[in-house]
Amino acid sequence: MIHPLIRARALGRDFGAKRVLRGLDFAVQPGGFLLVTGRNGSGKSTLLSLCAGLLAPTAGELEVAVERGEVGYLAHEPLVYRELTALENLDLYGRLYRVPERRERIGMLLERFGLWDARHERIEAYSRGMAQRLALCRALLHEPRLLLLDEPYSALDNEASGLVDALLSELAGERTVVVTSHDPERVRRFASEELALA
Amino acid sequence: MSTSLRNNSAIFAVAAAVLLLGGTALAFYWVPNAPLEGFRQRIFYFHVPIALTSYACFGWAAWKGLRLLWTRERHYDLESYTAVHMGVIFGILTLLTGSIWARTSWGHWWVWGSRQLVLFLVLFLFYAAYFMLRFSVEPGPRRANMSAVYALFGVALIPVSFLAIRLAEDLVHPVVLTHDVGSKLSASQITTFLVCLAGMLALAATLYSNELAGKRLDGRLRELREALQ
Amino acid sequence: MRYVADVAALARKDILLELRSRDTVPAMVLFVVSALVVFHFALPADTSATAETGLLWIALLFTALLGLVRAFVAEREQRVLDGLVLAPCDRSAIWLGKAIGVLAFLVLAEVVALPAFALFFGPFSWELVAAVALADVGLAAVGTLLAAMAAASRARELLLPLLFLPLVIPIVVGGVGASVADGPGRFLAFLGLYDAVFAILSWASFEYVVTE
Repeated sequence: MIHPLIRARALGRDFGAKRVLRGLDFAVQPGGFLLVTGRNGSGKSTLLSLCAGLLAPTAGELEVAVERGEVGYLAHEPLVYRELTALENLDLYGRLYRVPERRERIGMLLERFGLWDARHERIEAYSRGMAQRLALCRALLHEPRLLLLDEPYSALDNEASGLVDALLSELAGERTVVVTSHDPERVRRFASEELALA
Repeated sequence: MSTSLRNNSAIFAVAAAVLLLGGTALAFYWVPNAPLEGFRQRIFYFHVPIALTSYACFGWAAWKGLRLLWTRERHYDLESYTAVHMGVIFGILTLLTGSIWARTSWGHWWVWGSRQLVLFLVLFLFYAAYFMLRFSVEPGPRRANMSAVYALFGVALIPVSFLAIRLAEDLVHPVVLTHDVGSKLSASQITTFLVCLAGMLALAATLYSNELAGKRLDGRLRELREALQ
Repeated sequence: MRYVADVAALARKDILLELRSRDTVPAMVLFVVSALVVFHFALPADTSATAETGLLWIALLFTALLGLVRAFVAEREQRVLDGLVLAPCDRSAIWLGKAIGVLAFLVLAEVVALPAFALFFGPFSWELVAAVALADVGLAAVGTLLAAMAAASRARELLLPLLFLPLVIPIVVGGVGASVADGPGRFLAFLGLYDAVFAILSWASFEYVVTE
């Protein structure tokens, strides 16, 4: 029995008086692909934040068997500075994550997600879809073992959504992935297991 | 867990009652008048023990805060918070008794020349901001962490502020007002003082255990109510 | 050495952000000069040089506060702080990089404020400059930590002054003392002590302020 990469036992999280998650039990094996579904407000984003280590559980236990620098996290917000350019943002993250051959890797990702031509523009000039694509670059920059993607398709047009399909197809089986989506049909074909939140 | 706290609380309450009643009696009837100040000096037997108890509460809060950061066990947050609460209550009492003493000694309700008064004013502002911090952050692990860090800063602030106030005296040249408790305390004075100090500490311990037990009960009730939903 | 590289990258980022948006430093400069002018009108004609120096310190304190209120705005509004906190670097590097930025902005504001003070009121001594330098370190260190706390709260800009002012009272004592007293040495030493104690405390505890 391989040790699971993520294991939750009776996991719960409150925000003050509001209980968002309660009594969750699940495990994700290395190389697994977990799809988390649920309507808005069911706690999908909270669950990803917990797995990333940004939030601590207020009930139960959560074990995530990866180092901090091996997690790639895609949140609702792109987590980039609006006054800096795409290149400057990725360069900063590249340095903090000690990415080897930083420049090449950044260039490769920007090209892949169609942002190379816009690399010197500030994020405040980006469309929502471009910012989302940049956020994907940021999450993948350091080749993380564990990917936590919160609504990866949000704000993306058909072409860009195709890029995400290709990405998920590539990641499935190679890395451990947890994806939330309120349009689960698109992701189901990659997922090895599913978790539905009440 | 809650029963032991209740038992502790009862012991402290009895000790506090005995020591405080005894201490008050000693302070008013047994100890002779201080040579220069006379009868009104007796408030010293309350003011200084209250001040020392306040420091002890803040120190206890910082210790609990440190334990929280070290072990991440959430129960320390409530303990640290309650200790700060006690510290502030005794701090306010320090300011009140100090003010009364200042009024009877020098005719003013507030004197900048009194080091203890000024120090407690600064600390009061600091710990009042602690409550503002807690009110404006959502309850949870983050608030607990921040409160613990703030409590640690408080304990570092106490000696640093005291030094600053001493230095400030040289600067502003006020008349440095200290109460004349005599160059050497007699045995009876020391005894009375220690009894009152022990009494105040016991009182703080009583209030602390009581409030902690009450808050824990509230927490348990809330948990049970939610489990039933 | 990784640590130094991280701090450098973060500090450079903050300075770059300020160069791009150019809102904090001009506001601080304008504020401190306006405050000095207000003080002139607020003071009676025969005010001593000592009192005027005291008011300079008040102006510097509130200028620092102005800069600190803006310190974590970008990180908070776009939740970038989450991205930084997730990185494998030491969280205290975030504090140090930010504090260096705050210190730089403060010094820039003082480069204007001190000559303005000399112009409006009277000359200042080298002890004042030394005191200001030492005080800046303390203000930046403590202020950056408290700004992170305030950024995580609902009250934000309202909360920071309440947290900040009690903690920096010793800086005011040390600063004014060094500027006007006969023996500035012990005030400067005191400022050094404050800086050491609170910088170490802030450095060590920043991690806990930004994580759970």
